[in-house]
This record gives sequence, C-alpha cells and structure tokens, in this order.
Amino acid sequence: MNFIRFSYIYFFLSLVLLGASVASLFAFGLNAGPEFTGGTILEVRYQESAPSSSELRDSLGALSLESLQVQQTEENRVLLRMKEIDETKHQEILAALGEEAEELRFETVGPVIGRELRQKTFVIIGLALLIIILYVAFAFRRVTGALRPWHWGIASLLSLVHDLLLPLGLMAAISRFGFEFTIPAVVALLTVAGYSINNNIVVFDRVRENLLKRTGIDLADTVNKSLRQTFVRNMNTSLTTLIPLAAIFFLGGDTLKTFSLVLMAGIIVGFYSALFFSPAFLVKVFGRARSS
Amino acid sequence: MGKGKVFVILAFVLLAGVSAGYFVYSQSRPFQLGLDLQGGVHLVYEADTSQIPESDVDSAVEGLRDVLERRVNLFGVKEPLVQTEGRGETRRIIVELAGIIDPGEAVELIGLTPFLEFREPRENFEEIAQAGEEDPFQSTALTGRYLKKAEIAFDNVTNEPTVILQFNDEGAKLFEEITARNIGKPLAIYLDYQLLSAPIVQDKISGGSAQITGRFTVQEAQMIARNLNAGALPLPIALVSQQSVGATLGSESLQLSLKAGLLGFLGVLLFMLVFYRFLGFFAVVSLLLYAVFILALFKLIPVTLTLAGIAGFVLSLGMAVDANILIFSRMREELKEGKGFGSAVEEGFRRAWPSIRDGNITTLLVSVILFWFGSSFVQGFALTLSIGILMSMFTAFVVVRNFLNIFTGTRISNIKLLWK
Repeated sequence: MNFIRFSYIYFFLSLVLLGASVASLFAFGLNAGPEFTGGTILEVRYQESAPSSSELRDSLGALSLESLQVQQTEENRVLLRMKEIDETKHQEILAALGEEAEELRFETVGPVIGRELRQKTFVIIGLALLIIILYVAFAFRRVTGALRPWHWGIASLLSLVHDLLLPLGLMAAISRFGFEFTIPAVVALLTVAGYSINNNIVVFDRVRENLLKRTGIDLADTVNKSLRQTFVRNMNTSLTTLIPLAAIFFLGGDTLKTFSLVLMAGIIVGFYSALFFSPAFLVKVFGRARSS
Repeated sequence: MGKGKVFVILAFVLLAGVSAGYFVYSQSRPFQLGLDLQGGVHLVYEADTSQIPESDVDSAVEGLRDVLERRVNLFGVKEPLVQTEGRGETRRIIVELAGIIDPGEAVELIGLTPFLEFREPRENFEEIAQAGEEDPFQSTALTGRYLKKAEIAFDNVTNEPTVILQFNDEGAKLFEEITARNIGKPLAIYLDYQLLSAPIVQDKISGGSAQITGRFTVQEAQMIARNLNAGALPLPIALVSQQSVGATLGSESLQLSLKAGLLGFLGVLLFMLVFYRFLGFFAVVSLLLYAVFILALFKLIPVTLTLAGIAGFVLSLGMAVDANILIFSRMREELKEGKGFGSAVEEGFRRAWPSIRDGNITTLLVSVILFWFGSSFVQGFALTLSIGILMSMFTAFVVVRNFLNIFTGTRISNIKLLWK
C-alpha cells in the first residue's frame, strides 16, 4: 500500500472536513453547559409518563422562571433549564411539579462561577497544548538530516489542531439534539490531544528510526515504509480504545455520553490524521521545500 | 536473566495478583463512591469579605468553615466534606454531603447563622443538675446577635488564655441585668447548642464585656474567638452553586458504568485473543492482573470513585493494551526478519520503549494539568488515568516480559506459528 501517493486527496478531504467543522462552529455554535454559562438544570422522573411540555409550562407559569426550557429526555423523564435560581425557588418548582415528580439531579451555577470556569478552561487547554508541543520538540530535538526538529513540531501541531477541530465541529453540529458542551467534553478533548500526539510520536519515531537506518530511496519512500510498519499498531490501538468507549457510550448513562462521543470522534480522526494527513504533510510540504 | 529468577518474579507477581484479587473481592473495605454514584449534594458558598479588614479575612473564613462543619455534622452523614477555596477577596466554602439527604433541608440548615447563647440557671438549679435529666439552664435574651467582637486575652493573675466578649450597647444592658440577678450562680455560654463554659458570676458586670475562662489551651481559646467572630459577625454567605444527584440516579449510574466497564474490558480481552492468539493470551493475563492491581490500589489509597474516575480507568485500559500492542507488533516484525525468539523479545521491548515512554509521558503531563484544574470531575478522571498509566508500564514490562522469557530457548519458542 502506498500511503503517500494519495496525499492530495488527504489534504482535500481534511480541508473539506476542517471547513465544515469551522462552518458548523460558526453556524450552530457550541451548546455550552450551565457550568460555563451559569444557569440551572433540573431533571425529574415520573412514575408514569411525564406530562407534556405545555402542561409543565402551565404549572410552572406562576413562578415566572427566566428563559425556561422544557425537554423530555425519556418517556418519563423531563429536563428543565433556566437561569440560576435560589433554594426557595427550587423548592417552589418542586412543589409546583407535584409529588409524583422525583428529583434526579439539580444543578444551579451562578454566572460568576461560570465565567471563572470558562476562563480556567481556556488557560488549561492552552497550557496543555503548549506542554505537549514542547515535549514533542524535546523528544525530537536530536533529529538531523532531511527534516528540521520544528518540521516535526509543526506537522504534529497541525494534526493536533485537526484532531481537536473536527470533534468540536461535530459537537456544534449535534448541539441541537441536546448534546451540551460540558466539563466532560473538555476532558475528552484534552485526552484526544494526548492520543493525537501519541499516534504522531509512534509514526514519527519510526520515520526517524528508518531515516537513521537509511531505509528507502527517498523521504516519501521512507515515510511510506514507516507507515506500513506502524499501521497495524495504530489500527489496533484505536480499536482497543474504541471498544470500551463504545461500551460507555451505549451503556454508561447520560453524563458520559458526550464524553465518550467526543473521544470516539477524536480517536477516529486521530487515527486518520496520524497515518494519512500529517505524514503526507511532512513529505509534500517540508520534503519538497528541501529538495528544491 | 536466568530462568530461576524469571520464575521467582512471576510467582511473586501472581501471588500478589491473587491476594489483590481477594482484597478487591472482600467486602471488609468497600470502594469509596463519589456523589454522582451514591447521590448527594455539592454546595458552593461565597463569603462576602468586603466588610471586614483584610487581615481578619483568613480567620473569619476559617471560623465560617468550622461553623459549617459543626452544622453539617448534625446530618450524621459519613465523612462530610467542608473545605475552603480561594485567596484574597474571593473566598468560597465547599460542602459535600453524600448519601440520601434532602438537599433543601441541607441548604436550610447550613444557611442558619451560628448561634451563641447565654443561659442562666433555673430556679431549682441544684436539684435538676443533680438529677441530671433536664438541662438545668434556661435561655436568656442575650445571644450572639448582640456580640460586637470576641478576642483572645491572657488572665493577669494566672496567665491563662481567656476569651473576651465585647457586646454592643443593647447587649451590654442585657448582660448587666442577667449578671445582676445571677450573682454567685453559674452563667452558661452555649455555642451552637453546646455548652462552652459556665463561669460563676462574681458581681454585676456593666460595660458590656464578658470573659470566658475555661482552662483551655491557647489554640482552643483562639478557635473559640474565631468561631464567635464568625458567628457574631457572620460573613454574609451566599449559595452560588448547587449540585445534587438523587440516590436512585446515583445507583443507576453505578450499575450502568460498571456494566459498561466490564463489557469494554471483555471486548478488549477478546480482541487481543483473536488478533494476537498465543501472545494475546499473555496480554489477557497481564490485563487481568492490571485490573486487579488497580482496583486494589483504588481501595487502598483510597480513591473516591466517580463516573469520571471510572471513565479514566476504562481509558487507561486502552493505554495498557497499547503498550502490549506496540511490543507485540515489533516482536512480530523482528521474527519476520528471521531473528531468533529471544532476541525478538528483547528487541520488541527495547524498540517499543521510546514510543510507550513518549506517549505515556504526554498523557501524564495532560493528567497533571487536569488535576491542577481542580474541578472534582476532572480530578477524578486525571487521578485514575495517571495511576492506570503507571501501572500499565509495570504490567507490560515486568509481567509480559517475564512470561515471554519463560519460553526463551525452549522448543515452544521455535514454533513460529504460535507467535505470529
């Protein structure tokens, strides 16, 4: 199998997917959870089937709840969203919902806490990416010859951006179906970042080894050989990670649904970018610059 | 390495595995479950520190924490958590109560300001005190509401630490009346319905200053003063965030995630067996050992298991398998190139090491950052993932390697079909 031959197809595919992700982020936006924006979530379960959303709105009408959203999650479960409320209001809502509504979870976050968490998240993500990139530059510091250390760094950075943007675009695209961007999603993205770099390291490690051993006629051939050698590992590792994630997604309950979905998406695109996108980039962009 | 040593190591590891398995299985020490798995309330209060001088903030917030802790203990919840957070002007107090409790009731009880009260003896004080059945004291009008401040001082004569209470004008008047009618009798000071001390009133006291001498240590006196300052001048606290999970949802989540974890684990084992057959068998043994060791560690440390923690554990399984996959893939390559079994094993481990190391270090670095991030969901995930990664290196490089070394130089190692 010749991986490098179809480089331009990979570039095209990645560009299309990246464009779609950015467009989806702009068009739909992320449905940020209350922990980031401030607000309230109240989930209740009924013995029988839940009352309709207009019935619920009627019974809660007297409380004048700000930006109230009613969403039926299962036949007998209802999720209420609104602005942050105090304990008195909370008890009033429970009273209005009546005896047969059992409170499953309740969460209310003030806007200050939300803003803080949002800022903290940006700092954490930035810091994590920075440290990962620095580590890659460090790990490949002694590479000499055809490619400069920063070539590896840039290629893995691009692949990282690729692997993070696509799941984010997916999150935006499905945000209308109740998938919220929450802390678990952030954790999942950071884990994707770790995996993405991990995959790149395994591939680049092999390229580096083969360059030193002078296997292959030219850079493209060496990279191609390395990809053939690491293909099975990358596929198996991705599969063995996807197996438990799929189990979590289908069985693990609501809290972990977004988490496992983002992670699965990230691992699939991570597999693609580590084997197809970023090595092709290394050869076609940096390899060409050198030979000319 | 001699064969004898290999067997000794393996016997030791297997023995450790069996005892760890027994420890995990035994009910004597159950797993610690987080709020999301057993139900509970997580409350964040913000203290308003704008009204007090900066130098007093630390002690006021500590006093607040102590008061809340005393209140929370009234619930009888196992291991309630009350901790302070923040520096400078923004001070928060986090309260976590696990188990089946009514969040509304918890919020209400915590919201009450701490209660300081002076009680005077009842008319037939001696009789009741001797019978010991009833409280011999009765409430007076003087409470913490009239307290201006409390501070620690040392007795001029005995040099014992004492707590000086300073009342406001109204309180001073009340105190004067109460002391006047109780000369020679004990006057009891109650904090949050608990008797602090009951000094004998020597004389009518005017000027609104009372002294509590209870033969306590300097630390105790400091604590009382601190609590009273927080109680009498409570930093206004506001509930800024509240999360509660019903006990039913908690146990459902636990069941679901256990099922998911188990199924995912079995799926991975099956995959390894199908794809790597004989080699896969050793991966399966090492993964079983891995799971048992990790679970034993979770009990031993103990790690509070949350949904995020379980997710981290399941993910770390993937990383553990990755180490095996990297090694096995490399071994197969070396065998294909015609190397002997022994050197293929050695090369497999040696060549796979840089990739395993770099991958694990980047994941560990991310975990450390996540841990520093602070939110409990994130921390639970980062902790179990890091423990998992460290353990996976052990199982891959000690367990699997020694298993494979058993076969070096034996006839089985020449059967190429087994290892491919």
